[in-house]
Amino acid sequence: MTPILQRISSSLRELGDLFLLVGDVFASFRHRRPSWGDFLYQLHFIGVKSQSVVITTGAATGMVLCAQTYFQFHKVKMDTATGAVVSVGMSSELGPVLAALMISGRVGAAMAAELGTMKVTEQIDALRTLAAHPVDTLVMPRVLASLVSAPLLTAEAVIVGITASWMIGVKLLGIDSAYYLVNMNRYTNPVDVISGLIKSLFFGAIIALISCYKGLNCRGGAEGVGRATTEAVVAASITILVSNFFLTLLLTRFFKG
Amino acid sequence: MIEVRDVRKSFGSQAVLKGASLQIKAGEAVVIIGRSGGGKSVLLKHLIGLLPPDQGSVLVGGADLAQMTERQLLQVRRRFGMLFQTAALFDSLNVFENVSFVLRREGRHSAAEIRSLVADALARVELSGIEEKLPSELSGGMRKRVGLARAIIYKPEILLYDEPTTGLDPIAGDRIDRLIRRVWEQLNVTSIAVTHDMKSARTISNRILMLHEGTIYADGKTEEILDSKDPILHRFVNGISTIGIGNV
Repeated sequence: MTPILQRISSSLRELGDLFLLVGDVFASFRHRRPSWGDFLYQLHFIGVKSQSVVITTGAATGMVLCAQTYFQFHKVKMDTATGAVVSVGMSSELGPVLAALMISGRVGAAMAAELGTMKVTEQIDALRTLAAHPVDTLVMPRVLASLVSAPLLTAEAVIVGITASWMIGVKLLGIDSAYYLVNMNRYTNPVDVISGLIKSLFFGAIIALISCYKGLNCRGGAEGVGRATTEAVVAASITILVSNFFLTLLLTRFFKG
Repeated sequence: MIEVRDVRKSFGSQAVLKGASLQIKAGEAVVIIGRSGGGKSVLLKHLIGLLPPDQGSVLVGGADLAQMTERQLLQVRRRFGMLFQTAALFDSLNVFENVSFVLRREGRHSAAEIRSLVADALARVELSGIEEKLPSELSGGMRKRVGLARAIIYKPEILLYDEPTTGLDPIAGDRIDRLIRRVWEQLNVTSIAVTHDMKSARTISNRILMLHEGTIYADGKTEEILDSKDPILHRFVNGISTIGIGNV
């Protein structure tokens, strides 16, 4: 088999294994009630501890988007539409994607490293000998916590981004606050916000599943853990970016016909 | 109780098990000896379904592990306890949480009962009062003893030991050996260990199997194997390499 075919075959096998993991997670919901302790621990780790990163990202993105939009719109006397562009952009695209990328970098890397270390130190095998399914014990709480945290963190990033853009647009660039807010309300549909939150649910699942998969399938020692961590972040980030495009098409078609 | 039939296992192009077969009866204390990297730990992991065979079957109480899903295997594994070479304690949990893992997960015991059972298990391995310590605060020998406490607390029928004395000083190793022997005698379990430590094998077994070149080469009572005149067994048991000193 040529190296290219080997690569394709290996990628397809990984994809198949990932889908099997998704099946195991669903089976896990049937077989075992989630442990509240593990779920809350992960919720704190993913949701609470990611806030500073997500808030900073949301604020920086909102501010720069506001400034760039204003600079272009100012040329055609459309300054007051700046808020609408920022709001729609943050709610439906930038908020979910950037929050997910930041969560993937912070949380996905930690998940893959933790599970990878457990794998190479035989702690996963120890779990199995203690009659505990690794998916029930390790993956399910992380997926659940990620599903809950991702939309909340995204909403936080969007709110902070829009607020930061208002401060830059109104206080620094001199846009009239009333027009800024009225245009923002007029052109931002609830659908934009809803589709952003739906996307963030998918992204949360993608981050947890890919990171756990990479960690659980880690091989070798410290080098293997490092490789699994890198692969988890890269694979999750690319999947988020690619799936965002298809989700945008799908959700637009679904909500707007 | 446990039967391995013609098990073959390869990792890539390297064949590790080439048709290993064995039978272990309830209540036996068996040690599997063999060269490092010879597949002893791989064979042990087949006994509890941690690794599936490429060919052959592993029967536990008549049930073929190779035909089971991971969730079905969980039921079978409840009959086993296993002490890993590195102890494999959960490093984010303290000693109490490690030892009580199965009991807390099953939810059939009250908090007070669990605390009492953990104290009993730790006393059995002579480590009373260390419930709050983290694995990182323990020595290698203590970790193995905590691993043993974790394995015996739910009273399994079969205990597996993967290189129980590797990496320990002679005194700590002897202590582990005596604990393994005591657990076998007092808890009436089937004990299966893999080791290349002959002193340990003599202490903890009443039967020895030798894994050589992927198959079971020898099977007999401990004294018979350790005193055997068979050249391969004799060289292994007495640690005699084929390299002459003058050639080094």
